[in-house]
Amino acid sequence: MTFNAAALLLLIAGLALIGWIAGRQRSNLVAGRAGTKLHSRPQYHGWYVALWLFAPAALFLAVWSSVSPGLITNEVLANEAAQSLPSFGFERGAILSDARSVALGKQDAVRLPAAAPLVQPYADAAYKYAWIGIAAMLALALAGGLYAFTRIKPDFRARTRVERTVMAFLLLASLVAILTTFGIVLSLLFESIRFFQLVSPMELLFGTNWAPQSGAPVDDTFGGIPLFWGTVLIGAIIAMIVAIPIGMMTAVYLTQYAAPVVRRWVKPILEILAGVPTVVYGYFAALTVAPALREFAVMLGIPNASTESALAAGIVMGVMIIPFVSSMADDSINAVPQAMRDGSLALGATPNETIRQVLIPAALPGVMGGILLAVSRAIGETMIVVMAAGLSANLTANPFASVTTVTAQIVKLLTGDQEFDSAKTLAAFALGLVLFVVTLLLNIAALRIVKKYREAYE
Amino acid sequence: MTQDDLTIADPKMRAEGVNVFYGDKQAINDVSIDVGTDLVTAFIGPSGCGKSTFLRSLNRMNDTVASAKVTGRIELDGEDIYAPSMDVVQLRARVGMVFQKPNPFPKSIYDNVGYGPRIHGLAPSKADLDVIVERALVRAGLWDEVKDRLLESGTALSGGQQQRLCIARAIAVDPEVILMDEPCSALDPIATAKIEELIHELRGKFAIVIVTHNMQQAARVSQRTAFFHLGTLVEYGKTTDIFTNPKQERTKDYITGRYG
Repeated sequence: MTFNAAALLLLIAGLALIGWIAGRQRSNLVAGRAGTKLHSRPQYHGWYVALWLFAPAALFLAVWSSVSPGLITNEVLANEAAQSLPSFGFERGAILSDARSVALGKQDAVRLPAAAPLVQPYADAAYKYAWIGIAAMLALALAGGLYAFTRIKPDFRARTRVERTVMAFLLLASLVAILTTFGIVLSLLFESIRFFQLVSPMELLFGTNWAPQSGAPVDDTFGGIPLFWGTVLIGAIIAMIVAIPIGMMTAVYLTQYAAPVVRRWVKPILEILAGVPTVVYGYFAALTVAPALREFAVMLGIPNASTESALAAGIVMGVMIIPFVSSMADDSINAVPQAMRDGSLALGATPNETIRQVLIPAALPGVMGGILLAVSRAIGETMIVVMAAGLSANLTANPFASVTTVTAQIVKLLTGDQEFDSAKTLAAFALGLVLFVVTLLLNIAALRIVKKYREAYE
Repeated sequence: MTQDDLTIADPKMRAEGVNVFYGDKQAINDVSIDVGTDLVTAFIGPSGCGKSTFLRSLNRMNDTVASAKVTGRIELDGEDIYAPSMDVVQLRARVGMVFQKPNPFPKSIYDNVGYGPRIHGLAPSKADLDVIVERALVRAGLWDEVKDRLLESGTALSGGQQQRLCIARAIAVDPEVILMDEPCSALDPIATAKIEELIHELRGKFAIVIVTHNMQQAARVSQRTAFFHLGTLVEYGKTTDIFTNPKQERTKDYITGRYG
């Protein structure tokens, strides 16, 4: 007898179905006896009973599934057979897990001799807690169902109650993403605090030498400026020089000149482009663009031309961002009322003059918001820079040189065999935190601008 | 010839057998009409009768609607405005338009009025532009209200002021004809009265065609009235005749409020 959560969930679902039918029946019966009309249709009474039967029991099941293994282990450890266990964490854990596997029937015999005496206590404890869990769950389900069942009366507002419950579920669903983000921020924050106990924040934010090493932190090796500069050079300068003009011109063409047929085809294609995995762009940058740019640089006689260059990564990232910029600009230009366009055309302006002097200035706040969002995406982009920009932390303005970015360094710090308590590894979390804060601020600014702009025309 | 003669010897604009189609739907059916140089001509009729559509074909604003097609002949000073040789941009500089809802650009008051003269190269210097802007604002009766805040945004003005700004913007390029598409329908009565007063003052300087829902307004501001119904021109004549002695039964019914 083990505790099988999936089977139990099915069981209470079955009970809930019975509850649904029973609740429905009863509401009809009660109404018939009283000779009055029901406030809510019978199926709402059914749903009400089913929800009361299912929700508390399912909630208990979820909680019990996560706490019962701990309870079982505690029980086993309290057994005298466990007193001889080694105190060192790793070996102790292995023995316990071996005993658990045999006790739960996943394994025929123990692999570690020390686990043998623990198998029986384990099986006993598992049996005991499984029964406690099932009994409690069934009791909850029945209590809930019974409570709901007894409340069925002709004037009981089951419909409203069900509505409210549905709303609560929806609210719960929408909270998942927010709570997850919150958890991510907290974990980043805690690891970063550990890092900042080893290395001062001032050094990370303003130091100019980046050469992290394993082991004890050496002075002046966690300067983030080369990384921040590389990130800005690639994501905010080169990529935007590519993406803004091309994205804007795309948007102007699509909104103002393109025949409806062209627009119907080109817009979805652009949107598909936005969905291409960035690793594909990364290949393109590393295998095609970067070597070509290096040859070009050598031809021009530029020193330090590297096969991994800021320019290659930036250009390809710009191409990746084009659909993003064009779609935001498209929305903003479309949001400018037709009356503006008509007003300008009626004064004898050409379409081109209308676009340059009326539409784009009017759409500018929205476009700016879109560009900020694009920058925030570009500086968070990882694959392209890992593949094409290189990993050497150079503080240079030469776009043909190899530079590195925050994201590329995070990847470098966290890949391979790393102990998770050295300054080197913790630095990745601190960099992640910086990146998170910057993109968060950019997004907030962008959304505020876009919102204000929308209000201006509504 | 006095200007109250019904026949117009030398019309500013002349339409002959004009049809307008939106896709397969015919919005205007065989309309012929003359627009006098010194007159205000009003187009009246129930909603959807095609009066605005016809107005927009007079400066080819219908060109911006992809499915629109115009047949027949429309002349400006005897020249066919739908001829291939006609430059639509130049045409719209000569035939200006004021829209139903005030649509100032999100620019300063000065730049709103200066926009047209700038793109047409009417003002070689800043001083010239200053003169043009002031003159247009004075003619539109807005100068006294805005002369101290020319650099504020045009969209910050009240609705009535915005509409007069749009009129100033239209007259700044010195057009020959001004088309007004229900210019007062979004305004309160006081602002409406000011616009009507302005139309009186502008009469004689520009040929004015005004589309209106409001029959009293047509009676107050115009000398000629055309009554449109279901895409056809039912009756066209002196405003006084149309309102006091309509020849067509349909006109009479509309004037007396039987439908519309």
